[in-house]
Amino acid sequence: MLQGHQTWVFKSRPTIIASAAVGGPHEAQGPLAADFDLLHEDIWLGQDSFEKAEKKLQEQACETAIKKANMKKEDVQFLLAGDLINQTVPSSFAARTLGVPFLGLYGACSTSMEGLALASLLVDSKFAKNVLVCSSSHNAASEKQYRYPTEYGAQKPPTAQWTVTGSGAAMVTDHGEGPKVTTATIGRVIDMGLTDPFNMGAAMAPAAVDTIEAHFRDLKRDPSYYDVIATGDLGRVGHRIAGDLLKKHGMDIPEEIFTDCGILIYSKDQPVVLAGGSGCACAATTTFGHFLNRMRKGELKKILIIATGALLSPMSFQQKESIPSVAHAVSIEL
Amino acid sequence: MFFVTYFHFSQESSGNPTVAVLIILTVLLTGFGVFDHIAQWAGAGTIIPVTGFANTIASAAIEHRSEGYVLGVGGNMFKLAGPVIVYGVFSAFVVSIVIIIFRALGVM
Repeated sequence: MLQGHQTWVFKSRPTIIASAAVGGPHEAQGPLAADFDLLHEDIWLGQDSFEKAEKKLQEQACETAIKKANMKKEDVQFLLAGDLINQTVPSSFAARTLGVPFLGLYGACSTSMEGLALASLLVDSKFAKNVLVCSSSHNAASEKQYRYPTEYGAQKPPTAQWTVTGSGAAMVTDHGEGPKVTTATIGRVIDMGLTDPFNMGAAMAPAAVDTIEAHFRDLKRDPSYYDVIATGDLGRVGHRIAGDLLKKHGMDIPEEIFTDCGILIYSKDQPVVLAGGSGCACAATTTFGHFLNRMRKGELKKILIIATGALLSPMSFQQKESIPSVAHAVSIEL
Repeated sequence: MFFVTYFHFSQESSGNPTVAVLIILTVLLTGFGVFDHIAQWAGAGTIIPVTGFANTIASAAIEHRSEGYVLGVGGNMFKLAGPVIVYGVFSAFVVSIVIIIFRALGVM
């Protein structure tokens, strides 16, 4: 049901009956390593290309989520998946393996929450019983896609972020026990004219702020309603900017509940990640792994995840276009 | 110095084998995956002239190996190094024309 301008309220409260997170070597060194179901030491995953490795990540995340839900592939009506690679091939190829009716998504790094919002909509409207959501990113494949070859020795500025290697999947159903998806706010595309692809956090922060404000305005809620409000992958730089912008707009979110998946996923003594994590898998693995695990343990009751995506392509950047961004917010409650 | 002392190169001609050694070292370091980490730490010290150039070619070649040896490696090897060659050759051409004009005018 639509409430306010751009927020969906799911009356039937679709359940995330199971979720899974798969990660790579840097995620294994991070503080959230225990929340991953599967961690790989080798970024190739035994495949002969990074793109195939990313496909493998998605397959494993989906299969783990299906297994944890005590289901079979045949029980899943739809798979909603996306990633960052050209024409989202890892998702399509993983869907080929699973053989489940498939809708491909692209929302850059906001794909995880875009998928979760749409899956909840499908379940809430009774157009599906069980919907699987998945998104992935692979550090080396993204570097190849957006920047330079992985072994190229270009110096990155400290505002640059490290694409998470991993994949997160969640099974949204109309029955069962578990965290419930209650509302979703779909964001507008915001462009403040930033052009630096090595500072995506700053480009995405205004989009996150716009969606957060829309969420609380539409639902007439106060930020203190939530135990955790986490942005997707703004990193240390973008998260500060988002916090400052919100304060300027008169919305004060207490610092202890306002956090960012890109900051949480890596520890401070991992200098390689620079300003923090990014990529489709950043919000996906942190939400579907870390946050949902904490909810199941009862540590968190109500969380709001705002996944942010920078909608640029290498070509648009070279043609001197600025970086438009989008953010989607989904609230999960017990 | 190594080449002057052991291989009887003169001070001027020892430049060539030194550059060759730098290139080989860079390509090996790139292949073993350590060059990008050195560059992040050392910055411009590793990017300037030969080592940076060797790194661009080697890294692009490694990256696109999965698309095959002809269209992948062959087609992408000079993706980053190409502009350097194009504008290097072009600016050399412009400079040499300028020198010819100056000589014809009897300035030099």
